[in-house]
Amino acid sequence: MLDSWLFVGILIFVAIGFPAVPILVAYFIGPKRPNPIKKETYECGIETVGETWVQFKVQYYIYALVFLIFDVETVFLFPWAVAFDQLPLFAVVEGIIFIIILVGGLVYAWNRGILEWK
Amino acid sequence: MGFFSDPISFLADWLTALMTNAGWPEGLINVIITFLGVFVVANFGMLFVIFLIWLERKLAARMQDRLGPNRVGPYGLMQTIADIVKLFTKEDTTPEGADKVVFNLAPIMAVLSVLLIWAVIPFAEGWIGTDLNVGVLYIVAVGSIGIVATLIAGWSSNNKFALLGAFRTVAQLVSYEVPMVLSLLIPVLLAGNMTNIPGLGVESGMGLGSIVRAQHNWYSIFFLMAPLAALIFFISSIAEVGRTPFDLLEAESEIVAGFHIEYSGAKFAMIFAAEFLHAFTISVLTMTIFFGGWQGPGDSIPLVGWAWFMVKSLIVYFLVAWVRTTLPRIRIDHMLNYNWKFLTPLALVLLISTALVDRIVVDAVDISMTQGQIVRTLSHLAANLLIAWATIAILRRRQAARPTRQPVASPRPVARPPEPETTADAPAA
Repeated sequence: MLDSWLFVGILIFVAIGFPAVPILVAYFIGPKRPNPIKKETYECGIETVGETWVQFKVQYYIYALVFLIFDVETVFLFPWAVAFDQLPLFAVVEGIIFIIILVGGLVYAWNRGILEWK
Repeated sequence: MGFFSDPISFLADWLTALMTNAGWPEGLINVIITFLGVFVVANFGMLFVIFLIWLERKLAARMQDRLGPNRVGPYGLMQTIADIVKLFTKEDTTPEGADKVVFNLAPIMAVLSVLLIWAVIPFAEGWIGTDLNVGVLYIVAVGSIGIVATLIAGWSSNNKFALLGAFRTVAQLVSYEVPMVLSLLIPVLLAGNMTNIPGLGVESGMGLGSIVRAQHNWYSIFFLMAPLAALIFFISSIAEVGRTPFDLLEAESEIVAGFHIEYSGAKFAMIFAAEFLHAFTISVLTMTIFFGGWQGPGDSIPLVGWAWFMVKSLIVYFLVAWVRTTLPRIRIDHMLNYNWKFLTPLALVLLISTALVDRIVVDAVDISMTQGQIVRTLSHLAANLLIAWATIAILRRRQAARPTRQPVASPRPVARPPEPETTADAPAA
């Protein structure tokens, strides 16, 4: 069991090294002539106005919240799908009721107008 | 096992024997062989990107009636290598006020998330990094690292365009994760119901090797059993990669380059490479999960299986490139409505119907026999067609109920200079 994860464990280091090494190499071989204008934030050729990290539209946050609910519930559905060959019809119907509760959440969000981009 | 039919296993066996004879400890040999395997898989990914970028540019050029790269090397094949050399000798700039640690971490995480997926992809019989029994869940998990990479790249750049790109990431990538995961549940469920068939080698519904082996024949490929799920997976994966028509997070004409606007040189190259490799990875995943993976005539020889793997993946990749060059970018509210009001409900309905149909059919017929399997495939296909028909009917009805756009009654006000007052001076007719 642990043996099959050895590949992933080594791959994590290799997959970090693959992009990190070229970035480091480029850092050493590339030219370095910084000046204040070059280091400015890009904004269509004009100077930036005000702070960047400002308040943002709350809609983005609400979508993230709806996602969270769905994602947590789909994680519960994976074991149900994997063990499908051992499930009697009764357990399958139970799983479907769980999905219908999920649909209820979607219908509620839809009715409340959360899914409208305003 | 001859060298020409299965070079990878041959070399691995040979090296293991060599090191065992030299008296090295078994654990060390295991680690070394695994490391070599990792190296081969990671190199395959990163080097294949060079070819993919050329292929994509050439395909896009031909579809837009251009020639594409054709100067550097034969057919412009060396163009990408020339680009890499150029990018590496560029100055690496970091904008003033950027969060340096996070800014440098983002391109590394982008590549990391895509390369990690390749650990569980089966290239051919026995050619798989590691056949995890939680393969599909693992893909979803490491795929999410890419979303975080996009988000932190946009946030740390201290640039408003980049921040807007990061916001759109939250709205888009996170939303399309839901139908993607739901449509992945369907093949998991179908394979999970085949684990008790002897001699098939399906161990766990979530392992990618098992999913491939479950599609052991033309009548049992999951595309025939779940065509709608395959379509939902394909569409939401394109959205996950952030390609046209879902390239809102790097929309050139709106927010310049979106989340990677401040990246230059090698870091930009890494973000770019990760995006192209991700596009190929979703083609591979679509092909593996829904089109039978490496299976095809003569697949008992791993090299032939690998050839099938490449051919099928490149066909799906061609589709991805085709979609990219054909469709325009969609508006953000359309994009979100399409996900939450169309793909997600459809995926949920499909999941319910697949679960019910599969339980009833598998209880009724013996799916270890060919006839049973064909009955199973046909009933799933019928259920899918029924749902597709119902979906289209509902959409038609909603379209009819929607008020049609009225033609503009009066000419729209247009800003133009005031007309010279000639009427007063004009001679009366």
